[in-house]
Amino acid sequence: MYTAGIDMGARSVKVVFLEELKVEGAPQLKWGVKKTHIMFPEDLDMDVAAEKAYTEALQLAGLAREAVGRVVATGAGRKQVKFAQDNVTEVSAGARGAVFMHPSARTVIDVGAEEGRGIKAAPDGKVVDFAGNEKCAAGAGAFAESMSRALQLSLKDFGEASLRSEKTIPMNAQCTVFAESEVVSLIHANTPKEDIAKAVLDAVASRVCAMARRVGIEEDVVLIGGMVHNPGFVRSLQGALGVDRVLLPDLPEYVGALGAALIAAEIH
Amino acid sequence: MIANYGYKDGSGEYYISIDTDKCLQCPVEQACTRACPKNMFEIITDDYDDQVAAIKQAHRRTLAYDCTACKPAGGYASLPCASACTAGAIKHSW
Repeated sequence: MYTAGIDMGARSVKVVFLEELKVEGAPQLKWGVKKTHIMFPEDLDMDVAAEKAYTEALQLAGLAREAVGRVVATGAGRKQVKFAQDNVTEVSAGARGAVFMHPSARTVIDVGAEEGRGIKAAPDGKVVDFAGNEKCAAGAGAFAESMSRALQLSLKDFGEASLRSEKTIPMNAQCTVFAESEVVSLIHANTPKEDIAKAVLDAVASRVCAMARRVGIEEDVVLIGGMVHNPGFVRSLQGALGVDRVLLPDLPEYVGALGAALIAAEIH
Repeated sequence: MIANYGYKDGSGEYYISIDTDKCLQCPVEQACTRACPKNMFEIITDDYDDQVAAIKQAHRRTLAYDCTACKPAGGYASLPCASACTAGAIKHSW
């Protein structure tokens, strides 16, 4: 039996299939096939994007639509996934997926394109406590992306540049718009790009850390979401949290979809 | 689960925390939804199929303003939502 999790994020759609392995006395779940589908401008209609991503993922996995017993959607656009039988919040899906990948994780920090959140998870992956910033994009990936554009760096170079800096430049602005103006001021002051990159990522980490502190930081801490790919942010977050290590899952952007697929398997 | 709805900005940290485990033992059914003058509370089915209180999406970004009238400056000695919740599930961070 297969189940599917589909994560309709703000920037991309992620699909994960799970295959249930029949092991006598101990049913286990095995990773299925993963497929992402970036929403290009022509796919801004979320219904179309969800259907396209799911169809492509099925083809890639060599699965017929009928082979999938249950589909659970998550993410900001989860209610747009018409073919899903159920939907769960990104908080529950993120916690479930992260604890599945790192069973020792008790604090899950999820930083995606549009939102960051801190989640305290139980050993079974259920949410104990969570906090997000409902208001501001400054604690999310889109903020870092916007600032990298201001510095005329690719996202990859932006993250790597920040690793070359050891300077701490505080950014006071709480808002993306004002922060961009601060970045422009730093550029005009001939501040090296790597120092500005570190200042931006420190600011994002500080906002995310404030959310994590609301729920209480308990080790191990695992970071999920697209910002895992930014090594500068990972370093800044580790410093802000004051922990020895931050666990980084493989394929971090798929963790929410994996959690949804796991929940689908539990419901099925 | 403790669900924190709200945000932190330059002016402070504005979160309403709802202990949904206490919601499940609510002795006065949905009193919070009736007590809030701004009608900010709703009862939702969460991801674990429990009926719990939550803050409506439209109010989550404006708590500092929406709750002002119920704070001491507005003439209230205690918060109507927290007082109505006899299970003690509702707390404000500010």
